Amino acid sequence: MAAAQRSPALRSFAKHWLKPLTLIALLIPGLWLIWLWVQVFTFNPTALGFDPVARTHHFLGDTALRVLIVSLMVTPFRDLTKWAPIIQVRRRIGLAAFFYALLHVTAYLAFDLCGSLPGLWEDVVERIYITLGMAAFVLLIPLAVTSNNAMIRRMGALAWRRLHTLVYPIAVLAVFHYGFMVKGNQMGPWVHGAVIALLLGYRAWRGISRPDSSFRTRLRQVTGTA
Amino acid sequence: MLIKSRKSWHLTENDVTPEHLYLNRRAIMAAGGAAAVSLTAGACSAEEAQTGAGRGAMPADGNLTARETDYRPPDGDLTSLDAVTGYNNFYEFGTSKTDPARYADRMTTDPWSIEVTGHAERTGRFGIDDLIDFNALEERIYRLRCVEAWSMVIPWIGVPLGPILESFRPTSDARYVAFETYFNREEMRIGPFPVLDWPYVEGLRMDEAMNPLTILAVGLYDRVLPNQNGAPIRLVVPWKYGFKSIKSIVRISFVSEQPPTSWNRSAPNEYGFYSNVNPNVDHPRWSQASERVIGAGPFARRDTDMFNGYADEVASMYAGMDLAENY
Repeated sequence: MAAAQRSPALRSFAKHWLKPLTLIALLIPGLWLIWLWVQVFTFNPTALGFDPVARTHHFLGDTALRVLIVSLMVTPFRDLTKWAPIIQVRRRIGLAAFFYALLHVTAYLAFDLCGSLPGLWEDVVERIYITLGMAAFVLLIPLAVTSNNAMIRRMGALAWRRLHTLVYPIAVLAVFHYGFMVKGNQMGPWVHGAVIALLLGYRAWRGISRPDSSFRTRLRQVTGTA
Repeated sequence: MLIKSRKSWHLTENDVTPEHLYLNRRAIMAAGGAAAVSLTAGACSAEEAQTGAGRGAMPADGNLTARETDYRPPDGDLTSLDAVTGYNNFYEFGTSKTDPARYADRMTTDPWSIEVTGHAERTGRFGIDDLIDFNALEERIYRLRCVEAWSMVIPWIGVPLGPILESFRPTSDARYVAFETYFNREEMRIGPFPVLDWPYVEGLRMDEAMNPLTILAVGLYDRVLPNQNGAPIRLVVPWKYGFKSIKSIVRISFVSEQPPTSWNRSAPNEYGFYSNVNPNVDHPRWSQASERVIGAGPFARRDTDMFNGYADEVASMYAGMDLAENY
């Protein structure tokens, strides 16, 4: 894609439009949900179906998981297209996944548990899908907190990147949360799981096969070999 | 702990003979009389006598006339027809709540027959009209409590299951009744991930099946059942989680051993054979202490009642049983 990289239009797009457009795209599901809730309380009580709370949980959970998957697609996309500017938006995509997960957890806490923290703890202990989901959410918190320039500078790039490899187990936890939540053998968790497996498999393959990969670099740094 | 609060409408059994019982007795006597007449005349078999004078067939226009009964939950408004027919679990047509309303039309419900097999003297293949007297329909307003922690209040139209089972003269070996749902790959939406092993099967212990609360429903809101609600004939067992109330029945078997049930086979630790509504025994996925009330506002909730509010009628059947063990 060297030709594409040299294209002034694309360079201008990357410089001026990529970040704001990504932000807008990431806001669309949230704004859509707000719009549906506005309808519920005004002119269309069934805008979210007959069980708006359950629908909200599923919508926010699906969105959080899918945005997380998109964040995992950024690096392979960069590698495939050699279009480096895409990396600029990786962090905000990850942050958006965190915010949708936060809304998902908040809605569950507010609507299902009426804000009861003992109730939350009981669920976490007793229900495997809640255990997995909460684990995924809790692990997302340090990633969200460190997703800003100041924290990267403070931590140093290597420590920051090492911390952010947490996103891989988080994705696995999240899809298992989904899989244990649905009744019976359904397609949704398998499809999302397959995409995540592909994206994590890519990283494993890249880590092993490429001499200049971050994995090898890190290995060299850790083992002290030049 | 089960705290029983007797509701004002809950008369004890000594207070009255319920109308539906004495009316049933009259109906049985009338049917007996008709059978006697026809046997004397030597005109027809007992089966034909059952469909003879006095009995009603399923009306072609789909409008049902049913006698009102006292069966009505003490609290809660009827759930709107839109919600009852637009928010369904019928996984053969898809796992989204709106899939059944969208796709169940493909199901052929006419002609329909039910095969009765097993430990009974009278077995074979029966049409809806052979089983259900459409002149003896009752309206039963029951709360339906789904295991997914939501509930509706539905005006079912149907008849008690007990007398129908009796008419097959089950033998002493018949300790359970097994039911099976219609299954047709061509008309249903079974993808590469089939959710469950089809066809869907359910079962009841004999005394549960004979309980006066247990009905075979053929309609709701004074109309024949829409396909998504289990047309043309389904079970309604109001003190159990909704999945026990099997839809679109094509087979009824009298069996001696506890029959397999679909959700139990899929996840035995989650769905027991009994699956009685019990706010004190949590499902691994959902707390069962309270439920979302469908169609009563976005945040409407109510506390779940033991046996879904039908404890007075059914608790005695489980006396001495550990309900946490037999979930």
